[in-house]
Amino acid sequence: MSIIEVKNLTKKFGDFVAVDNISFSVEKGEIFAFLGPNGAGKTTTIKMLTTLLEPTVGEIKVNNFNLKNERDDVRRSFGIVFQDPSLDDDLTAYENMEFHAVLYGHDKNDRPKRIEELLRLVDLWDRQKNLVKTFSGGMKRRLEIARALIHTPKIIFLDEPTVGLDPQTRNHIWSYVVNLSKKEGVTVFLTTHYMEEAEKMANRVVVIDHGKIIGSGTPAELKSKTETNSLEEAFLKLTGNSIRPDEASSVDMLRSHARMWGRKR
Amino acid sequence: MSTIYILWLRQLKKYIRSTPRIIGSLGQPLLFLLVFGFGFGSIFEKAGGGNYIQFLVPGIVAMAVVFTAIFGGIELIWDRQFGFLKETMVAPVSRFNIMLGRTFGGASVSVLQGIAVLLISFLIGFKMQHILMIFPAVIFMFLTAFFFTALGTAIASKLTDMQAFPIIMNFLVMPLFFLSGSIFPLDTAPKVLQVLGKIDPLFYGIDGLRFAFIGTSHFNPWIDLLVLVGFSLMVLLAGKHLFEKMEA
Ligand SMILES: Nc1ncnc2c1ncn2[C@@H]1O[C@H](COP(=O)(O)OP(=O)(O)OP(=O)(O)O)[C@@H](O)[C@H]1O
Ligand SMILES: [Mg+2]
Repeated sequence: MSIIEVKNLTKKFGDFVAVDNISFSVEKGEIFAFLGPNGAGKTTTIKMLTTLLEPTVGEIKVNNFNLKNERDDVRRSFGIVFQDPSLDDDLTAYENMEFHAVLYGHDKNDRPKRIEELLRLVDLWDRQKNLVKTFSGGMKRRLEIARALIHTPKIIFLDEPTVGLDPQTRNHIWSYVVNLSKKEGVTVFLTTHYMEEAEKMANRVVVIDHGKIIGSGTPAELKSKTETNSLEEAFLKLTGNSIRPDEASSVDMLRSHARMWGRKR
Repeated sequence: MSTIYILWLRQLKKYIRSTPRIIGSLGQPLLFLLVFGFGFGSIFEKAGGGNYIQFLVPGIVAMAVVFTAIFGGIELIWDRQFGFLKETMVAPVSRFNIMLGRTFGGASVSVLQGIAVLLISFLIGFKMQHILMIFPAVIFMFLTAFFFTALGTAIASKLTDMQAFPIIMNFLVMPLFFLSGSIFPLDTAPKVLQVLGKIDPLFYGIDGLRFAFIGTSHFNPWIDLLVLVGFSLMVLLAGKHLFEKMEA
């Protein structure tokens, strides 16, 4: 049974087509990897799936709810770790968790227990009272994962959750994810540029480039289709060798503004 | 309700934790208070205007309130740039409640800032007609703050970076401040200024504050109150519309 269904999805920014008529589905309980070079349209697709962006064309169903008219039901169905940071640096780890729990209407009496359980899961319980601005990148990532799980979502979106992290932390994060999927049956929708990670983790892969889907299947299927020995080789064969223009993202530019304005982040 | 509460609480916590911000935003009102208060005081009194500090303090308290409020609204841009906004936008709560929570939070912080300026004014000789009048004063501060926070939020929902902030300050906030009768009485000013002042929401905020602090006002304070509520509802509705359409 599929838990995410996408039909003829398109997103245009002005004349530029970021996502170009894609259709795919994600099965309940699977670990699904959405792969593609920089600028392929992965984040844009995730933003549409999570109600942050309005699709230009297309239909989306998440957990059997229609994204157009059952937004809040869709929103309750998933947790998300965004590609860019999304914590409040001026609050503590615990307060960030609490904020989320309140917004999602998590039962007040159960709240402290749930927050403790998740902070322990990601080894941050002893840092609960520290402001997030004192955290390392890996700690912030772990906190974001814990936060995304508070309301026991059926689906978790992980948009490049391991970028910039050391191998230890990456292994750690992936082991939580495997655990979630195995023990709790949570569906995992992830993107990553580390092909070995995708190959190890994913039950199924979709490759997108220039907004179009150019390959899909299990990692083994993709390898045999492209006659290659690893998912990385298969990925390169599908997407070609040219380097994508990697514009400084608007967030990076803002960071430097922020510094000019005298705010440390 | 709990959505509004947690957003309000967040603004308050962030405010209390940032001592530099508190001190920084007291700087400008204090400067105005000292420079104008002692600079113009004798001219004002010679011209028969009465004690200038008594006249000026309500305007300067309002200044602290308004500047903090606008900034509190504009802070939405920071939240967008640093990503926290997305966290609230994917939550299963109405956008309007998010906006209300932010606005209440920003307005409360602004009232605290206004009270801080008031306390300092006592040190340089300002006297309130009656200490209990602090209650109506807080109401006027809050309504003024609410309007300007909502205005800042509405503007910020259309902006992607902080570069527009000086434009907003210089072309919107400062004119509104000077037109409001904050540092000179509008009643003796040229007709044009008098008319413009009457469409400035801050005029009513300051008029209400003067009533509470020193017992004199241009309009009946109930009229000030109604006008402020009206302006606030208007900008809140506009903000609601913009906020609901906003993409993160
Ligand atoms: N708000 C926007 N306005 C205009 N163009 C946009 C906007 N958001 C994304 N794009 C463009 O859409 C394309 C797809 O971007 P997207 O962020 O989805 O890529 P991605 O696959 O997530 O890439 P990465 O691996 O670098 O994160 C890019 O060319 C990007 O510049
Ligand atoms: Mg991306």
